[in-house]
Amino acid sequence: MAATSKSFIDNLGKIYGGYAGGFIFFVIVLAIMEQMGVPNKIIGYCFVFLTIGVYAYIGILSRTMELSEYYVAGRVVPPFFNGMATGADWMSAASFISMAGGLYLAGYGGLGYVLGWTGGYVLVGVLLAPYLRKFGQFTVPDFLGVRYEGNTARVCGVIVLFCASFTYIVAQTFGIGIITSRFLGIPFEVAIFVGLVGILVCSMLGGMRAVTWTQVAQYIILIIAYLTPLVWLSFKLYGNPIPELAYGQTLTEIAQLEQKLGVTKPHVGAYVDAKGAFSWVEFNNFWALVLTLMIGTASLPHILMRYFTTPNVRDARKSVGWSIFFIFLLYFTAPAYAAFAKLEVYKNVIGQQIASLPAWVQNWSQVGGLLTIKDGNNDGILQLGEFIINQDIIVLSMPEIAGLPYVISGLVAAGGLAAALSTADGLLLAIANALSHDIYYKMVNPKASTMKRLTVARVLLVLVAIVGAAVAGTRPAGIIQMVAWAFSLAAAGLFAPLVMGIWWKRTTAAGAIAGMIVGFGVCAFYLVGTRYFDMPLWFGIRNISSALFGLPLAFLVTWAVSLMTQAPSKEMQDFVDSIRVPKGELAWVKGVTHE
Amino acid sequence: MAQLTPAQRDAYWKKTSRLMWTIMILWVFFSFVIPAFAVQLNEIVIAGFPLGFYMAAQGSLIAFVVLCFWNASAQNKIDQEFGVDED
Repeated sequence: MAATSKSFIDNLGKIYGGYAGGFIFFVIVLAIMEQMGVPNKIIGYCFVFLTIGVYAYIGILSRTMELSEYYVAGRVVPPFFNGMATGADWMSAASFISMAGGLYLAGYGGLGYVLGWTGGYVLVGVLLAPYLRKFGQFTVPDFLGVRYEGNTARVCGVIVLFCASFTYIVAQTFGIGIITSRFLGIPFEVAIFVGLVGILVCSMLGGMRAVTWTQVAQYIILIIAYLTPLVWLSFKLYGNPIPELAYGQTLTEIAQLEQKLGVTKPHVGAYVDAKGAFSWVEFNNFWALVLTLMIGTASLPHILMRYFTTPNVRDARKSVGWSIFFIFLLYFTAPAYAAFAKLEVYKNVIGQQIASLPAWVQNWSQVGGLLTIKDGNNDGILQLGEFIINQDIIVLSMPEIAGLPYVISGLVAAGGLAAALSTADGLLLAIANALSHDIYYKMVNPKASTMKRLTVARVLLVLVAIVGAAVAGTRPAGIIQMVAWAFSLAAAGLFAPLVMGIWWKRTTAAGAIAGMIVGFGVCAFYLVGTRYFDMPLWFGIRNISSALFGLPLAFLVTWAVSLMTQAPSKEMQDFVDSIRVPKGELAWVKGVTHE
Repeated sequence: MAQLTPAQRDAYWKKTSRLMWTIMILWVFFSFVIPAFAVQLNEIVIAGFPLGFYMAAQGSLIAFVVLCFWNASAQNKIDQEFGVDED
C-alpha cells in the first residue's frame, strides 16, 4: 500500500463503525458459546488472540516504505480519529486497570490522578500542539535541535525522552504480561513475549501510520470494555444506565455505612489523614501531584507527536479537543467504579460470615495476592481490618460483582490489553523514532537513503521492544512508582524549552540547554535520593511529584541564562514568528536541513 | 500567501496571547482554585454528590473539555480575522 488513499480517509466512519459492530457481534457470539458450555479458558483465548489478530491485520495492511507515512502517518489523520488514537495512546494499563482501584483506596485523594491526567490537554492545545504541527517535522527533539540551533539541545531532548519513555514502556510491557498470563493461563515470562509480538506487529511495518489506525481500533475496544459492566450494574442498582450520574446516591449510602462501620477516613473527605483530620501535607501533595501530571502530559513526546499527524494546524487544535473528550469518557467513569465497588464491599462483604461471602470474593481470594481475608480474631465474621484488597481487582472483578457472565470478564481483559498495547506502541515509536531520526539520521549519517533510514528505524524499534520486555521480565520493583517518574522527568526536562521556545523569542540555545540540564537534574536527584538513599522529603512533597522542584528551576535558569547570553539571530526570530502563524511557509534559518 | 506586516503580526500575536492567558487563568481556576476549597464545597450536596468531590471527579473535567474546544474555535476566529487561516 502506498500513500494513504483518500477513499480510506473519507470512509473512516463506516470502516470503524462496522468494526465496532463486528466486535459487539463477536462478544455476543462468545456469550452464546458460553451458555452452550464452552469453557472459560477457551473464551479467554478467543478474546486475546482475536483482538491481537485484528491489530496485526491493521498493522500489516498499513505497512509502508515512505518516510512521512512511517514517521507521521502521512499527515492525513482527521481530528476526530486522531482524538481516539490519542485516547488509546494516553490511557495505559494503569489508567484502565489500576486507577479505579486507586480511587477506591484513596477516596478524594485519588482524584488528583483524574484531574492531573486530563487537565494537561488544555496546556497541550493552547501552548504546544498547533505550533509543533506548524513546525512540521518528525519528532519532538527535532524542534529543540532546530530552535536551539544544534545537536546539543537535540541530544538533551533525546536523553530526557528516553529516560521518561523507557520507564513507562517497561511498565506497560509488565502490564501486558500480567493480563496475558492471567487470561491465557501461561507463565508470566512467556506471556511477556506473546505481548511483545502483539506490540511489534502493530508498529514495525507501518510505523506511525500502523500505530494510528490500530490505536483507533484499540480505543473502541477499551471504552466498550470499560463502560459495559458499570452501565449494567448502575441500571441494576438504580434503574439508571448512566453510572456517572447514578453514583451520587452511592456516595450517600457509602457515607451512611462509613458511620455504621466506624470508618475514620471518609471516601469523599478532602485532604484528610488516616484519622479524618485536615492535613496540610495531604493538601500540598494533592496540588503538587495535579501540577506534575498535567505538565507531564504536555511534555511526553509520545503524546505530542500524535499532533504531528493531523492535516493542518487548525485540525491539530481541534484534535486536542477530541482527545480530551475521549479520555474524559473513561476518567469520569473511574470514580463511579470506585464508589460501586466500595458500596458492594461495605454492604455485602464487611460484617458478613466469612463462610458465606459473595462468590466474587471467594473466587478472587483464591488467586494469589490480590485479595486477602484473614480472620484475625477468629470470630468467623469479616471485620474491616481483615479484608485487604489490591487496587487492580476493582475493575477486574466488576463483571462478577455486577453478576455478569464470564464473557464480560474476557471483554474487560481485552480492554486492558488494548490499553496497554496501544500505549506501549506509542512509546516504542517515540523512542525508536528519536533514535533513528534524531540520532542516526540527523547526527550519524545525514546522507542515509530513505530505504536505509526506514531499515534502521525498524531495527531500533525491535531492539528497544526486546530490551523493554527483558527488563519487564525481571519484574522490577516499584513499577507503578516508575510510571509516575516518567511524568516528573518529562515535565522537568522538556516543558520549559518547548514552551519558551515558542512563546518567548528571546530564549537562547544556551538558556534552554542550561534549563533542561538543571530541571531534569534536580528532578532526577530528588527522585533517586528520596527513593534509594533515604533523603528526607523537601516540604513533605512525595517523590511522585518531584517535578515540583525541577520545573520552576528549569524556567528560571532558562530565563536567566537567556538574558545573559546574546539574543537569538534575526533569522531565528523570524523563524519563531513563522511558527506562530498557521498559514504560510516556515522561515527556515540558513543551514538547517529539514524534510 | 497572506504576508503579514510586522504591525499586523504583532497585533495577531497580541490577540493570540490574550486568548492564551484567558484560558490559562481558567485552567488554574479549575485545576487548583476549586480543589483548594474542596473541604468547604463538600458541605454542599447535590443529588448525593458533595460538590467538592463532584468538581474534582467530573466538573473540572467537563470544563477542560470545553476549554479545549473553545480554544480551537476562538483561535480559528482570530486566524480568519487576520487572513492567516489555512484553506
